[in-house]
Amino acid sequence: MLKFTRYLKKFWKETLIGPAFKLTEAIFELIVPLVMARIIDVGIANRDTVYVLRMGAVMILLGLVGLGCALICQYCAARASQGFGTVVRSEMFAHINRLSHGEIDQIGTPSLITRITNDVNQLQLAVAMLIRLVVRAPFLVIGATIMALLINWKLALIFFVAGPLVALVLYLIMSRSVPFYRIIQRKLDRLSLIARENLSGVRVIRAFSRQKREKARFLEASNDQMSTSIAVGKISALLNPLTSTIINLAIAAVLWFGGIKVNMGEMTQGEVIAFVNYLNQILLAMIVVANLVVIFTKASASANRVSEVMELQPSITNRCMAPVEPKPDSPKILFDKVSFVYPDASDYALSNISLEIGKGQTIGIIGGTGCGKSTLINLIPRFYEASHGSIQVDGVDVQNYPLGQLRRKIGMVPQKAVLFSGTLRKNMQWRDPNATDEQIWTALETAQAAEFVRRMPDGLDSVILQGGKNLSGGQKQRLTIARALIGSPEILILDDSASALDFATDAALRRAIASLSGEMTVLIVSQRANSVRYADQIVVLEDGHAVGIGTHDQLLQSCKEYQEIYWSQNEQPQEGGKAE
Amino acid sequence: MNTERRSELFKRILTFTKPYGGYLAAALVSAVLSVSLALYLPVLIGRGIDQILKPGQVYFGQLAPILLKLMVVALLAALFQWLMTLCTNMVAYKTVRDLRVAVFNKMEEVPLSLIDSRSHGDIIGRIINDIDSISDGLLQGFSQLFTGVITILITLVYMLSLNFKVGLVVIVITPLSLFVASFIAKHSFQMFRAQSAIRGQLSGYIEEMVGSQKVVKAFCYEDRAQDEFNEINRQLYLAGVKSQFYSSLTNPCTRFVNGVVYAAVAIFGALSCIAGSFSVGALSSFLAYANQYTKPFNEISGVVTELQTALASAKRVFALIDEPAEQPDAPDAAQPQQSQGNVEIDHVSFSYDKNHPLIRDFNLTVKPGQRIALVGPTGCGKTTMINLLMRFYDVDEGEIRVDGTPVKQIGRGALRSLYGMVLQDTWMFKGSVRDNIAYGKPDATEEEIIAAAKAAHAHSFIKRLPQGYDTILSEDGGNISQGQKQLLCIARAMLTKPSMLILDEATSNIDTRTELKIQKAFAEMMKGHTSFVVAHRLSTIREADCILVMKDGQIIEQGTHKELLQKQGFYHQLYYSQFVQTEE
Repeated sequence: MLKFTRYLKKFWKETLIGPAFKLTEAIFELIVPLVMARIIDVGIANRDTVYVLRMGAVMILLGLVGLGCALICQYCAARASQGFGTVVRSEMFAHINRLSHGEIDQIGTPSLITRITNDVNQLQLAVAMLIRLVVRAPFLVIGATIMALLINWKLALIFFVAGPLVALVLYLIMSRSVPFYRIIQRKLDRLSLIARENLSGVRVIRAFSRQKREKARFLEASNDQMSTSIAVGKISALLNPLTSTIINLAIAAVLWFGGIKVNMGEMTQGEVIAFVNYLNQILLAMIVVANLVVIFTKASASANRVSEVMELQPSITNRCMAPVEPKPDSPKILFDKVSFVYPDASDYALSNISLEIGKGQTIGIIGGTGCGKSTLINLIPRFYEASHGSIQVDGVDVQNYPLGQLRRKIGMVPQKAVLFSGTLRKNMQWRDPNATDEQIWTALETAQAAEFVRRMPDGLDSVILQGGKNLSGGQKQRLTIARALIGSPEILILDDSASALDFATDAALRRAIASLSGEMTVLIVSQRANSVRYADQIVVLEDGHAVGIGTHDQLLQSCKEYQEIYWSQNEQPQEGGKAE
Repeated sequence: MNTERRSELFKRILTFTKPYGGYLAAALVSAVLSVSLALYLPVLIGRGIDQILKPGQVYFGQLAPILLKLMVVALLAALFQWLMTLCTNMVAYKTVRDLRVAVFNKMEEVPLSLIDSRSHGDIIGRIINDIDSISDGLLQGFSQLFTGVITILITLVYMLSLNFKVGLVVIVITPLSLFVASFIAKHSFQMFRAQSAIRGQLSGYIEEMVGSQKVVKAFCYEDRAQDEFNEINRQLYLAGVKSQFYSSLTNPCTRFVNGVVYAAVAIFGALSCIAGSFSVGALSSFLAYANQYTKPFNEISGVVTELQTALASAKRVFALIDEPAEQPDAPDAAQPQQSQGNVEIDHVSFSYDKNHPLIRDFNLTVKPGQRIALVGPTGCGKTTMINLLMRFYDVDEGEIRVDGTPVKQIGRGALRSLYGMVLQDTWMFKGSVRDNIAYGKPDATEEEIIAAAKAAHAHSFIKRLPQGYDTILSEDGGNISQGQKQLLCIARAMLTKPSMLILDEATSNIDTRTELKIQKAFAEMMKGHTSFVVAHRLSTIREADCILVMKDGQIIEQGTHKELLQKQGFYHQLYYSQFVQTEE
């Protein structure tokens, strides 16, 4: 948690001023019982009305000044904690932007999102509490004890019994109940899991008439969650009754022994009242301390989750910032004995792939799920680093490119069609922020998207909702293709990006891309043999091995795996052929 | 929400607490007792102080019984406070459970159209979060409100009976504390709303940019994303400082009001003491009250906002509970165990939405053992047929008959068990492979399960899993491949030995070898059984006895492969673009 103090640096003034003013307010609060004691012992005893009024005014004044101090402190706390959160969020976002795919996979995007939102909020709350309460509560406990000691140290010994007792009760109850809250949360998660399963599997459940048993399953899980909640509730319900009992017994003791002291002339009546007040103050402050412990336990868990992200080192970085010069007459892309293994995986996702792709060529990559198709193309923009071998673009090893220069050469159409909230135009300007409407329309034409975009009432200004919810799967895919085409990339990568298109649109799209100027190198990843059939080269992948490289006709002759795929999707030759 | 609606909602929640009325009554009684006893303590302390005057004037004889009483009252107050919390917990947790179960059970009974049309996240949110906030706001909040109000009332009673004039001073200052609390609550509420709007915006942005980080990298969008992020983040900072500052004013301000009350009591009390109408001990009791007096006001103003959220949640929860359930099966509904495989679709019309008629006057007679293929472009509504056959939805007009009996006269459970259904959208629940296969027949023996798995070509991969049939599948089978999931679904359907089949062939994303296994398993399953297949494979289509061609939710052509090709219609076009590639 200490690591996080550096984010507070910018707000060091608030971080120091806040608690200082809070302390002042606490001091005033401690003085009030003393003033009251004076009113009783001097004012009432001497029947001095003026003295009473003067002391009363002092009390109100103390309150006013205290209020001022508290306001300053709260303001500092608000600024420092919100500022802290803002800085942490911003740095975390920047850090995530620097991470490469490997690290993102390692933590997982949903978890990254909760960490940058919920966990940072938790830390922010802890900082606010740090400034507002961390100094105040313990100070009140200690201060009240010291004041009591100053009034009469012998009677104050009662504090040294009651205080630790209250602390012990707090410790015992909280150490027994707090860990259970996580268990309750887990049981609640189970309830939502069952609910989710029942909604997504409603057809299967009803097909097998399992509703009754599902109800029983949910009831059982609910009962389980309920009984844990009740059990924990029984423990934490003890907290307030036990602590207030201790304090009230201590008050009885103060009255008895205080009575003896007053009788002997060691103390006054007003001082006994002040003692009682201090005891009550201690009780309140101790309960605040207990709540702080809970907040900080939560915060430290959040702090760990945030630091875990911040400590991840991006595995792929720029080796040099200076742009590199392409070597003329070299192949556009060259895979030289490339192998790749995902971290923590035992098997190679790609083994010993060698491939030469010329400028302007169209390459098809085909194979079943998990055969390494996406992995292969992810190595070109250096999303992952090859484990062995090397990849060259324009004759230069991809590791020697500044990342920006390398990636700007490539127009990427990912498997999952992702669009961002905002206007359609803004989505189209991702590769090139200065793309003109004309350029956008040309790209939309090629991607077979112009027709439906034209039919949208606002055209390029149409608003796309988060995740592109207001578009169909096929529309989204065509827009992501158009987005990649803008700014004329040297290399276009289509990662199984036509799966939601019907076959006629798919064919038209391929024709349109083929007719673009011959400079662009195109890589098409697909599961459909017909999508890659007319490529200059087809790479057939199976379990990370390139089991065939060649044209459609060559592969149909020689490659068993390609035949299998092709004939499962196309009409078989009438005379016998392969059995299904 | 008007007041009438509110009290109505509140009454409904109370009806859910009815079974726990005993606990509720005990909680209320304990609350009254615990608060009155706790508030009696300052009186006793004051009386004790009055026995301690000055040297030589301390009356231990009177002090001892007072202190004894003090201790007993303190213990009793604590006891009743404990009981109160226990009883409220009981009521709250049990009511929460009952509400959750009620909503969940309703979801098992509503027509599928409701579940299809609602966001699942929203329904789950209602079952989990909304019911939690009902519990926090209405049940816990209600107990706070109740104790708050009686604390105020009893305090006033004690104060006025101790000393009317000084008590009156406190009552006069009371509105001040109410005013301050409501002023702050109103202002901070607005700030909170502004803040949460921006926070939502930021979360949305994070979700997009972090969620699609790989796209961001592919387009070198990092720097632009950072700029946009920083801008929203800056706005959140400004809104956050404001809302946090305003909301954190409550404590210092009420503390100040408290201080004013305290000082007023001190001055007026002390003056009354001088005048002789008041004892120092009584003054100290008064001061103790003054010290705690504004606390319940604070709590009540906090509870009010919680109550509002809780009522909004209650509204959402009851909206689900009030959804009409599916019309139950007729008591004399047929419960066939087996079917010969005759299905007649007789002048059927159907639509999801009255404005968009889908299926109009559709007729089809399926004889035992026939194979019906449904083809058409993605999203053409092939699942509609499955919905009607399985009676997930009821037809609007016409009738579907199985072996001559209209499906509306067959128990839903019995009708559905006649079909074995394997959907492309595979569904696994968190549990062992064995339990997932035996889902349709929980009492299946180990031999039956293995036999089904073998028939579905799933046995070999299951045996290779770390714990074989005992391997726990994660939520939705995340730890096995899509193709393997499909094989398990086939095994699941095979285990129940259905009379007819509904199959949904996968379009893609399955590797060639598993795909071959699935095709084999499908072919074996279909032998001799009436089957309806959403088909993507050429062989399935060509061997079908009847092909239904669907487009935009409607059946536009029907016939055999040959007939349809001769027709030169949509099927012809589809067939050539999909399966037979012409040279470009």
